[in-house]
Amino acid sequence: MHKKHYPQIKETVYRETLPNGLRVILVPKNEMAQTYGVFTTDYGSIDQSFVPIDSDERVTVPDGIAHFLEHKLFEKEDRDVFQDFTKNGASANAFTSFTKTAYLFSATSEVDKNTEILLDFVQTPYFSDQSVEKEKGIIAQEIQMYDDQADWRAFFGIIGTMYDVHPVKIDIAGTVDSIQLITKEDLYSCYHTFYHPSNMTLTLVGQFDPEQMIALIKANQAQKTFEKTPHINRFYPDEALGVAKSEDAIEMPVAVAKCMVGIKEEPKQDSQTFIKEELLADMLLDYFYSKSGEYYQELYDLDLIDGSLGFESERQKQFAFSVIGGNTSDPDKFAKTVKSQLESFKSYQLRKEDFERMKRKMMGGLLRDMNSTSEIANQVSQYQMLDIDFFELLPTLESLSLQDANQFLNNWIKDDNVAIFQVRIAEAS
Amino acid sequence: MIELNEEQIDKKGYKLHIVNSKKFKTVHITAKFRCLLKRETVTKRALLPFVLQQGTKRYTTSNAFRRALDDLYGAVLSMDGTKKGEQHILTARMTIANQNYLSDQHNILTDGLNLFKEALFAPNVINNRFDPKVVEREKQTLKQKIAAIVDDKMHYANMRMIDEMCKEEPYHLHVHGYPDDLERITAEELYSYYQSVISEDPLDLYVLGDFESIDIKKLIGNLFDRDLSKHLDLDISSETPVVNEVKDIIEEQELQQGKLHFGYRTHTKYADKDYPALQVFNAIFGGFPSSKLFINVREKNSLAYYAASRFESHKGLLFVFSGIAPTDYDRAKAIILEQMEAMREGQFTEAQIDEAKRLIINQYKETLDDPFGMTEVLYNQQLADSSRSVSEFIDAVESVNHQAIVQMANKIELDTTYFLTAKGGQSNA
Repeated sequence: MHKKHYPQIKETVYRETLPNGLRVILVPKNEMAQTYGVFTTDYGSIDQSFVPIDSDERVTVPDGIAHFLEHKLFEKEDRDVFQDFTKNGASANAFTSFTKTAYLFSATSEVDKNTEILLDFVQTPYFSDQSVEKEKGIIAQEIQMYDDQADWRAFFGIIGTMYDVHPVKIDIAGTVDSIQLITKEDLYSCYHTFYHPSNMTLTLVGQFDPEQMIALIKANQAQKTFEKTPHINRFYPDEALGVAKSEDAIEMPVAVAKCMVGIKEEPKQDSQTFIKEELLADMLLDYFYSKSGEYYQELYDLDLIDGSLGFESERQKQFAFSVIGGNTSDPDKFAKTVKSQLESFKSYQLRKEDFERMKRKMMGGLLRDMNSTSEIANQVSQYQMLDIDFFELLPTLESLSLQDANQFLNNWIKDDNVAIFQVRIAEAS
Repeated sequence: MIELNEEQIDKKGYKLHIVNSKKFKTVHITAKFRCLLKRETVTKRALLPFVLQQGTKRYTTSNAFRRALDDLYGAVLSMDGTKKGEQHILTARMTIANQNYLSDQHNILTDGLNLFKEALFAPNVINNRFDPKVVEREKQTLKQKIAAIVDDKMHYANMRMIDEMCKEEPYHLHVHGYPDDLERITAEELYSYYQSVISEDPLDLYVLGDFESIDIKKLIGNLFDRDLSKHLDLDISSETPVVNEVKDIIEEQELQQGKLHFGYRTHTKYADKDYPALQVFNAIFGGFPSSKLFINVREKNSLAYYAASRFESHKGLLFVFSGIAPTDYDRAKAIILEQMEAMREGQFTEAQIDEAKRLIINQYKETLDDPFGMTEVLYNQQLADSSRSVSEFIDAVESVNHQAIVQMANKIELDTTYFLTAKGGQSNA
C-alpha cells in the first residue's frame, strides 16, 4: 500500500491497486464520527455505445440505462439492499452522472461490515423481468418530478442547444419512453462490461485503521472471480467544436423566466492541462459572476438578476462546457448583456491583485471542501478517474500564473461557441 | 465518545457559545437573533438580510464588501430568516479558513470577526435610514424570490399545506414575507425595525473551530457587546388546537407530477419526555428508506419516487411528502393512511425498532460532523432550554420501547391533507 502525507493540509492518504484491477483509496480521519465509502465505476449516461464484454459487435443501448442500472443494483432476489445497510446503522445512496455511477454509504459504526455490504451488493447483480418492469414506474415518477423543475429543464436545455449529437445532451435518467425499452438482458450486458473491478475505484474517508481496512478489502476481493481484464471499447459521435444552435427556448408554466448562456469548449485529454483549465474556468467564472464580480454587478444594476444567478463549469475528458444563468425578468436583455460580457473576455486583462485575491478565495474554498468526509470521498474518486490527485489541487492552484489566467481568458470565447437557452413564461391555458 | 465541547458565556447583551472542535479546517461564526413570528414584522425581517448584505459603513457597495470577504481567503458570509416553532430566527453565518492551514502570517480571523460585526452592527446608513435605492432594489429581489416559490412544487405544496393547516396560528406566516407588505416598506421604517432587532432581540453567537493555538475568547473580547434597550423574555408557549375534522384540500396547476402532503399534530416538542419516542416513531414510519412509507408507497406499489416524513420539533408537527402521478391520488392516500394505522396498532417488530434507533443515532452523529449541523443542534437545545449531552441523547433514544412508540402513534393526529395536482384533475394522466 502506498502512503502519502500532505503536510500543508495535514492529511495522509493510502492507495493501492489490487490484482483484479480495483483501485482503493483510504483517507483516515479519526476526528470525524462518520465514515463515508463510495464505490465508483467509470460509466455514466454518455456511455451508450460500446462493444459488450462477451461480444465483438458494437451495440447502442436505450437512453437512461446507466441510471436504471444504478436503481436496480439495490434490489436482490430476496431483499432490498438498503435494508442491509440500515440493519447496520448506515445510510446508503447512489447517483449517476454523465461519466460515472457511484454507490455510497455513510456510517458511524460497523464500518467493516458496511464496507463489505457495499462491495458485495455492487458485485452481485440480480435482474429479473418482473423487477425491471416494476422499476419503470418509479423512474417514470423521478423523470416527471424533474420535468416539473424549470432549473433542470434549463440546464439540459442549454446543453441540448450547444450539442448536436453527443450523448451529454441526453437527460441522465432518459425519458419516460426510452426507459420502456430497457430489458434485463441490456442491464446484464452493461453491467458485465462496465462493472469490472479494473474500471472501478473504492474510496473510504473517515474512522478506520488503514492496514486493517485494506486487508479486509483484499480478502473480500480474493473470494471473487472476474473475467479477464478487458479493454472497454466505447464510442462517442464526432461532435463539432462550435455550438449546434446559437439559441433555443421552451415555454413552461413558471412565474419567473430563466435564461442560460453556455460556452462550449474543447475537452482536454492531458491531465495537467485539464486541471489547469478547470481551476482557471472556475476562478474566472467566479471572478466575473459571483457577488463580488464586475459583471454580476452590471447585471444587478440593470435589474436583470435576483440572487439566483449561478455558474458552473462541467469538464470531462469527453466534453467541456460552462454555463451562466438563472432567473431573470427579461431573458432577451439578459442574453444580450451576458453575450457582450463574454465577448469582452477576448481582450480583457486581469490585474495581478485581482488574480491573487481570486487564488486566495479558491484556497479557502478547497479547505472548506475538506471539512466533510463525503465531499472528500466524492472529489477524490472523481479526480482519480481523471488521473488527478485531489489533494494536489492546492499546490497546483498556487502554481498558476497571471499569464496562464489571461491566456485562458483571452482564448475562451470563439466566434461560434456561445449559445443561449431560455425558459419563457407560458400563458395560462 | 464524542462530546459537544460547548462552553457558554454570558456576555454583555448576548450569549456566547464557544465550540472547540478539531474536525474542521475552517472557523464558523453564527449569530442568531430571534423574535416571535408576527404578521406586522415578518416581511421587514425577511427583507433585512438582503439589505444588510449590500454593504457596510466602511464598504458602501456590495461589490466592495464582497471583495473584502474574498480577500480573507474567500470568507463566506450569508444571512437568512427561518422559522423555529413560532419564532422567526434571523441568522448570519461566516465560514473562514483556519490560519493553521495557510502560509500567510496575517491574522485573518481577527479581520473576519470584524467584518462579521460590521455586517451586523455597522450597516450603510445615511440620515437615519438605509440607502433608499438599495432598499428598493432589494425589494425587487425578494419579490421575485417570493414569486418563484410556485416554481418549486415541493416547497410550494408544503407552504400551501401549512397555510391551510395552521391558518389560525402564527406558524402559518411566511418567513420570506408578503408582496403586499413589501410594497409599503420604506428605507426609514426598515432602519427603525433594524434598530429594534439589534437592540432588543435575544442574540446567541456561536464560534466553532479548532482553537488549540488561537485564544478565541480574547479575540472576541467585547466585540459583540450590546446595550440592550429592554430585556425581552419571549413567551414561546403556544396552544396546539384540537383537531375536530380533517381538512382535505386539492389544488390544480399545470404540472406533471402531483404532490401529496399530509400534516399531523404530534403534540410533542423538543424538551418533552416522550420526544425520543417521536424520533423512533418517525424513523419507522417515514424518516428513512427502510421506513414504512418508502417501502409501501415506492417499493411495493411503484407509486412514487419519494415518500417520506419529517417532524418539526418546536411546534409539534409531522409532515408526509410524496410525489405521485395525478391519477394515483386515492391509492397513494389510502396506502399512507394504512401505514399510520399500522403504527397505531403496533405492527412493527423489535428488529425494526433496533434498526430505527441505530439510524437515528447514526444520523445524529453525522450531523455533529458538520459545522452548521452542530450549531443547529446546540441552538435547538438553547431554544428548548434543554441541554442533552451526546450520551444522554443516545441513552434516551435507546430506552424507547414498543409501547412508547404505539402511544406516540396514537397521540399523533391527522389535521390536513393537501394535494397539488394537474389541471383537469385526477382523470388526466
